[in-house]
Amino acid sequence: MTPALEIGFMPLVDAAPLIVARDMGFAAQERLDLVLHRAGNWSMLRDLLDLGRVQAAHMLSPMPVARALGLGGAGPGVETLMVLSMNGQVVGVSPDLARDMRAAGPDLGFGDAVATSQALRSARPDGLRLGVPFPFSMHAELLGYWLGPQVTLATVPPPDMAAAIGAGDIEAFCVGEPWGSQAVELGAAELILPGAAIWSQAPEKVLAVRAGWAEENADLTGRLMRAVWRAGQWLSLPQNAPLASEILSEPDRLGVDPEIIDRALTGQLLTRRGGELIRAPALLEFHHGAANFPWRSQAAWIAGRMARRFGLDLRRAAEAAQAIWRSDLYRQHLADLAILPAASSKLEGACPVPQAVGATRASLILSENRFFDGLIFDPSADN
Amino acid sequence: MTQPLRILVIQHDPARADMLTDALRQAGETEVMVLPSDSRLASRIKELGPDLVLIDLANPSRDALEELTLASSPADRPVAMFVDRSDPALTRAAVEAGVSAYVVDGIRPDRIRAVLDAALARFHMFQKLRTELDATRAALEQRKIIDRAKGVLMRARGISEDEAYALMRRAAMERGRKIADVAAAIVTASELLQ
Repeated sequence: MTPALEIGFMPLVDAAPLIVARDMGFAAQERLDLVLHRAGNWSMLRDLLDLGRVQAAHMLSPMPVARALGLGGAGPGVETLMVLSMNGQVVGVSPDLARDMRAAGPDLGFGDAVATSQALRSARPDGLRLGVPFPFSMHAELLGYWLGPQVTLATVPPPDMAAAIGAGDIEAFCVGEPWGSQAVELGAAELILPGAAIWSQAPEKVLAVRAGWAEENADLTGRLMRAVWRAGQWLSLPQNAPLASEILSEPDRLGVDPEIIDRALTGQLLTRRGGELIRAPALLEFHHGAANFPWRSQAAWIAGRMARRFGLDLRRAAEAAQAIWRSDLYRQHLADLAILPAASSKLEGACPVPQAVGATRASLILSENRFFDGLIFDPSADN
Repeated sequence: MTQPLRILVIQHDPARADMLTDALRQAGETEVMVLPSDSRLASRIKELGPDLVLIDLANPSRDALEELTLASSPADRPVAMFVDRSDPALTRAAVEAGVSAYVVDGIRPDRIRAVLDAALARFHMFQKLRTELDATRAALEQRKIIDRAKGVLMRARGISEDEAYALMRRAAMERGRKIADVAAAIVTASELLQ
């Protein structure tokens, strides 16, 4: 009998590895039946996992870290099995703010984080209210890192982002696709920066389970991880983008036009309505450059940002976060499929060009990894 | 006589909101307010100050409520959820875990007040625990200050611990102040004199 696993996801393009794992038969290939549940909000997804209603969930990478740090309420521990996607966030502003930014300076292009932050600051010197999907999200951490603590962050659910900026509740946002493009389509926003311009290798979504579940269900865990890994590999092939967009557009998946989903999957964005498609490199990555490997240094970076934001001890936070980032399970279950890096932690931001690193077999090329300000994060130091 | 319970229902579908409002009103001493789901939720809730917030489990704006809870002020209020379909296992597990109270859609009006009262009671119990914990912490702090003040007096006047405490108690009584305040003044003064 094929065992069934209940999985929760939020309607976002980066849920694609889970949806594709089911719909393209990668789960069936592992003799696994995935039952997908679309959640209406991130808190619900977290509760469903806590209560055992789903066994695994698509989560914002800072959510398991928040739990490990005791932020946002108590509950059972949550662990990160693998990274589902890198990057994928876009920053958008209201048409009014976009006009004021243009009035202040030349065309910024789409990717210059330093010039864009200066333009934002000079257009809105008194501060800015920005929407993010959840208090514990890479969006909140990236914006805090990029713009400093002066900006006001407001929680706005991704599907509501266009309405919130249209109503003037917020003047800017950072959100995952397709909701940035959806806002562009409705004429509510212009996109000014991809998240990748702030950190070119930001782990965005992870596959999370309750602590201890993976050990109790080692065989199932392996099948699930392999199915999701193969789905990511399939998604990385450009010729599969149209079919992937169709699958994701189904009403019980994202329920958004395939044409809009296509933009994130092909890395070609429309930054404003009626404008031209522009290429946004590294917009969203599911596979290349060991994208799925849960580097402990990623957990340490997230924990460090959160510890600053909430006034926690830096070192203790980093240790707690790294303990639930299960690179050991990744090595155990994906040894036959993926090329595994020799180390489980690395300097983040220290890779200005793609770089070969030590690996289990053949060679592994890591993607460009840099922060907009050129800083290097060393997880073994007190950053 | 019980105080009317001020309940805020967050529901953008007017038909569902009406249904729930009717059920709540039938349930008795209840003042019901309805807000559509929207991004200004946090500030609206602060303005209205309801005793309890009722929101869909799957409602996107629930994440905005989480932000409110994170700000974790004493003005925190319980949030109950209602779920679309009856999922007894999920509901029971949720209530047992104390995450929130889950109100199943279509619940009989005569049952709803009991469920909401249970949600409130649970919330007040947690809040009481938290208040007690804060009080215990404060008491510990006071003890530490009183001990330090005793030490200061014992050294300065060459007296025993009991005598030092009696001295502080007398000073407090004469001035109509708390011993902890007198102790804090002694500690502050001794730090200045060092």
